[in-house]
Amino acid sequence: MNILQEISVQLQQGNPKKVAEFTQQAINENIDTKTILDNGLIAGMAVIGEKFKAHEIFLPDVLLAAKAMYAGMDLLKPLLVKEGIPTIGKVVIGTVQGDLHDIGKNLVVIMLRGAGFEVFDLGNDVSPEKFLETAVKENAIVIGMSALLTTTMPVMKKVIDLAKERHLYGKKKFIVGGAPLSADYAAEIGASAYCFDGMSAVETVKRFTTTSS
Amino acid sequence: MRPTLQFLSDQLIEQIIAEGREIMCKLGIEIHNDLALLLMHNNGAKVDKTASRVYFTQSLIDNALAAVPHAFKLYDVYGNEAVDLSGFNVNFTPGSAAINILDSTTNKFRKPTTQDYVRYAKLMCKMNNIASQSTAMIPSDVHEKISDSYRLYLSLLYCDKPVVTGAFTIEAFEIMKNLQITIRSSKENLKAKPLTIFSCCPTSPLKWSEVTSQNLLDCAAYSIPVEYIAMPLSGFMSPVTLVGTLIQHTAETLSGLVMSQLMNPGTPVLYGGSPAFFDVRYETTPMGSVATMMIDCAYNEIGKYLGIPTQAYIGLSDAKALDAQAGFETSLGAALAALAGINNISGPGMRDFESCFSLEKLVVDNEICGTALRLIRGIEPKEDFPSLPIFEELLREKHLLIADHTRKYFKEEDYIPGTVISRANRSRWEEEGSTTVGQRAMIEIEKHIKAWQPTNLPDNVKKELTVLMENESRKYGMTKLPNID
Ligand code: B1M
Repeated sequence: MNILQEISVQLQQGNPKKVAEFTQQAINENIDTKTILDNGLIAGMAVIGEKFKAHEIFLPDVLLAAKAMYAGMDLLKPLLVKEGIPTIGKVVIGTVQGDLHDIGKNLVVIMLRGAGFEVFDLGNDVSPEKFLETAVKENAIVIGMSALLTTTMPVMKKVIDLAKERHLYGKKKFIVGGAPLSADYAAEIGASAYCFDGMSAVETVKRFTTTSS
Repeated sequence: MRPTLQFLSDQLIEQIIAEGREIMCKLGIEIHNDLALLLMHNNGAKVDKTASRVYFTQSLIDNALAAVPHAFKLYDVYGNEAVDLSGFNVNFTPGSAAINILDSTTNKFRKPTTQDYVRYAKLMCKMNNIASQSTAMIPSDVHEKISDSYRLYLSLLYCDKPVVTGAFTIEAFEIMKNLQITIRSSKENLKAKPLTIFSCCPTSPLKWSEVTSQNLLDCAAYSIPVEYIAMPLSGFMSPVTLVGTLIQHTAETLSGLVMSQLMNPGTPVLYGGSPAFFDVRYETTPMGSVATMMIDCAYNEIGKYLGIPTQAYIGLSDAKALDAQAGFETSLGAALAALAGINNISGPGMRDFESCFSLEKLVVDNEICGTALRLIRGIEPKEDFPSLPIFEELLREKHLLIADHTRKYFKEEDYIPGTVISRANRSRWEEEGSTTVGQRAMIEIEKHIKAWQPTNLPDNVKKELTVLMENESRKYGMTKLPNID
């Protein structure tokens, strides 16, 4: 097994210490930073994602792997910044104004981070302005909104309408999720995609960030 | 003898309560509400205002427990007693606040409308095993800012049973309270004869949001009963063990209790909840999990031990269709809850993790509730001793079908379900159309709705309710409420 495969396997086993150890070794061996990221850490998380989808492993296994991923990322991050390598994508996310349900959104955040995305989590009760201002400030392509109440779903449309007003609509992707949402509703309000769980959010964000880059 | 069910010994209950109280005092509870923080501070709690954290004291908790009523009753719209929340009395109420309804004609999930809600309220009048109505779903054809109060308005207009409800915002409380005062004609009468219960939820772990804590304080100010709905999620937002989850549930519920009783000592409350054993495969909060049901029954024991009437979200299902899963999860929950003596059992009609209401399921669940209610009446001798006379009669007449003893007791001894439950032999079932339970439920629904009669609430009161609701809707730019009839 080469060192990148070691990183991937240790990550899949949820072993942060080993992931950090092998990542450091790969850095010392002068392996290209982007290669360590793509073929070690992200490759490991991709396997985890597939296994989760196939019901072979459960949520805690995904979260453990994500934690192991962070251990490697902590070492790679300064190098990525120094070398000017952009992260695989930035996402601004929050639960919309008036809504305090954040359990599902928090899971989505963990999954996205685990998949290597840079996530700006605005928490709950987030105003339309805050979503857009943060996305502009952080230059994030994807804006993720969560709502669990039928009474707060319409705030998602407000965010999208405000984006249109501010000429941001074509430039950003809007993903939505939460129990009262549906693909139909997402289409109706002009969102880019509806995601029914964390893994579908990861796949959707991947799709959007690859197309835009 | 009334059969009962018990999961916890007194010693374990005491240990769980002691741990819950220690958490409240040592770790504290986050409460995002200035009035609540002030009340706590004025009554001796240590309050960290910047962190919105309250460190309770043992005496604060003791005082609240001394002030809380051990029982209370709900009254229908006319003021007649309808629900007795005391001891081991069991009352069913439909699951509340569904996001969707399962459309009987298309068999698809969709957002409910006013028409759906009115059909539901009319049907509820005929659900003889379900003592109160709940504001079961959220009509989507009105402005979202009135969708919580509007469902209460429709319930009060179309069904006379008391209502289990709740507000989604701080502002909505005002109109929801005013609708009730209009029915009772004064604040004092409403206090004397409560008409509704409001669900107020802490946010696990160990936190109260501004909205839900303010709803709780506002209810207390008007002596409107509250049920605390803590939702610890085992293995995720609370410890994975049932005991660990119970400790957290105790701390979250008692913190609500202290707030209510500080605001207005003696305000009636239910020791409730909607915990779930989190499903790590599907990222969901299953109501049909046996561990979820055990947590419900167990915290009910803790509530009873503290002398507080209880509530739980149990007797509902995560199934998406009216299938065997729906029947098994609902029946198991309803039976366990009834045996445990949970006073207000929220569940009938609900599927898909508290998010989809179905009228067909309500009709079937009404039979499940009837069955559970029969179950807990237990087995009692009824003119069975001495037994010789009845056996002499049997031998003499060759049957007991028309015996006085039979005619007197046959309706009491079994629960006789409606036609939605098939007990015909196969040939007759085939002759009657080989119907499924869903098809029979649809027939029942239409029969009941057709037979519905307007309630006897005076016309002027109904009119006043409508004026209140119209004024409220105008605030949000709706000039007209949806057409009803
Ligand atoms: C950006 O991209 C994405 C992508 C995917 C995304 C996404 C974003 N967001 C979500 N996803 C998706 O991925 C996640 C992971 O798989 C999933 O997220 P979920 O959130 O769906 O799943 C979570 C992992 C687990 N699920 C949950 O956490 C939600 C479960 C239920 C039971 C629920 C909970 C736990 C709570 N609640 Co509330 N709660 C209910 C919920 C019933 C239900 N069936 O959903 C619901 C949503 N609640 C309801 C209500 C009424 C309320 N709740 C309230 C409060 C609470 C608690 C605080 C107690 C707690 C939330 C704690 C918290 N920190 O979030 C109040 C709301 C206050 C407010 N203003 O927000 C209150 C108003 C009750 C009251 N009167 O106090 C109902 C909504 C009614 C409606 N029609 O709108 C409800 C359906 C339950 C019910 N029947 O009463 C996917 O949806």
